[in-house]
Amino acid sequence: MNIRRRIVIVVGMFALFTAAVMLWAPTVGSTAISLTRAFDRSIPWDANVDAQIFFVARLPRVLAGALVGATLAAAGVVLQALLRNPLATPFTLGVSAGASLGAMLAVTMRLEFGLLGVTSIPLASFGGSIVATALVYALAVSQRRGLSTNVLLLAGVTLNAFFSALILFVQYIADFAEALRAIRWMMGGLDVAGYTPIVAALPFVLLAFGTFAMMPRTLNLLSVGTDAAAARGVEVTTAQRLAFFSASLATGAAVSLGGPIGFIGIIVPHLVRLLVGSDHRVVLPASALFGASFLVLCDLAARIVMAPLEIPVGVVTALIGGPFFLWLLVKRS
Amino acid sequence: MLDLLWADNVSFRYAAGAPLVVDGVTVRLASGALAGILGPNGSGKTSLLRLLSGTHTPTAGRVLLGQRPLDQVSRREAARQIAVVPQETELAFEYSAIEIVLMGRHPHLGVFAVEGPDDVRIAEDAMAATGTAHLASRSFHQLSGGEKQRVVIAAALAQGSGVLLLDEPTASLDLGYQLEIATLLTRLNHERQVTMAISTHDLNLAASICRELVMMRDGKVIAAGPTADVLTPDNVRRLYDVEADVHINEASGHVAVVPVRRLR
Repeated sequence: MNIRRRIVIVVGMFALFTAAVMLWAPTVGSTAISLTRAFDRSIPWDANVDAQIFFVARLPRVLAGALVGATLAAAGVVLQALLRNPLATPFTLGVSAGASLGAMLAVTMRLEFGLLGVTSIPLASFGGSIVATALVYALAVSQRRGLSTNVLLLAGVTLNAFFSALILFVQYIADFAEALRAIRWMMGGLDVAGYTPIVAALPFVLLAFGTFAMMPRTLNLLSVGTDAAAARGVEVTTAQRLAFFSASLATGAAVSLGGPIGFIGIIVPHLVRLLVGSDHRVVLPASALFGASFLVLCDLAARIVMAPLEIPVGVVTALIGGPFFLWLLVKRS
Repeated sequence: MLDLLWADNVSFRYAAGAPLVVDGVTVRLASGALAGILGPNGSGKTSLLRLLSGTHTPTAGRVLLGQRPLDQVSRREAARQIAVVPQETELAFEYSAIEIVLMGRHPHLGVFAVEGPDDVRIAEDAMAATGTAHLASRSFHQLSGGEKQRVVIAAALAQGSGVLLLDEPTASLDLGYQLEIATLLTRLNHERQVTMAISTHDLNLAASICRELVMMRDGKVIAAGPTADVLTPDNVRRLYDVEADVHINEASGHVAVVPVRRLR
């Protein structure tokens, strides 16, 4: 049994699939384009319509989908291990509700500000996610030494409900057009204008993924139990803190980019576990890769199924992912 | 004999203001020892084991690993010398038995390292020693209580540490498995010279395999020493508020304890 080889092969297969999806997705749409022509450097840029459609119109959206999908799926894996709860999602701990409230306030209060080319809604939503993360963490450490994952879970669920109530309240007093705009944001959307928002979210996501990369064996041990993990040499509280903050930061960045797209963070990790087992050294990278390709495919469906009308991508993830997951579950048992 | 692990007058409470669950306890584990920590439920056995393994830090007193205070040893290094078998292992996700055992290699691996052939061989040896080699690819969830406990012991062995702390290793097992685990622990102590401390409320288990005993009640040690000296009707009464007949089988050296009636 060679463990390294197995990890490389399985993750490599997921990587190939994701790369294929990401290359193919930008070629699909109302105008057919050819990949060869898009990448042909001998045609001048101004004359190369295929390249313009590929790089300007479609690729940013595919990259945004990949980034958001990978982040939500990986954050889901990390939080499920941290909370020892397969039902946890990146949104369980209040991050998305905080982000939504931030976005809601930015829309209804007509806040117009920007930073390095990033507009007010993503900035406000990222701010909201940071506030929510800080609140939940403060509650979880207030009670006793170390970090209580039970309090973390309860505080997150309560904060979710509290923020949701605030969102409804703001929505109720806002005018109709603003409320509609905020609701559309909450359904999720990857129609980013250019590369700037992606580049803005990237550092936070990379920081989180760098942390994730050090954690797979620790996550295995945490999912066996905190006592067992400590006895095997894991600094449990440090590991829990790292897992919580990196997953929350990444989720906040992903939500500010694509809105709170549901379902990815729970369905992708479970699907991957059904296929490859529970070793986080495989599950974590494979989920990130599959999360990326899954969201890109869902967004593609959102674009073309009812074209020229677009379906919100958050609706599509559950519509496609739900039955697919149930089919896999039933087939396996 | 050299003290490998020494709890020196340790006390512990879980939170400020909470009662002491371990109260001025001194325990010395010599190299090669097979010691039992005996006491009723809630007597502080598990907490004492957590102090001995360094996963909890004493409120007062200190634990020494060799010559060094345990709280100055990193978790990783402590884990290379002390392994723990918890009372119950409840997995959040499905792992195979060999995956569980390989997790024992964690303190020997760098951050990005993957278990190599040596680690796999050590894990397979540990499974062979605990009679679980045939279960390697089975899902841990689907194993019986006794099989699970033996796999967890194998994981602790794979950790390659000289000290093994076991928390109620037979508590949820039926008679056959209890015997199996008892035999296994005795054998590991003999063959691999693993130093062991076993917490238990099972007098017969303690009597049959432990060479020395520490009796704990309400966080305090009420008696300690060689099993034959400590396991007296008088001590058993003080420990459990139970009147008991204590028989020593001269031929086998086994001690049998038969509870007669509850006092109070």
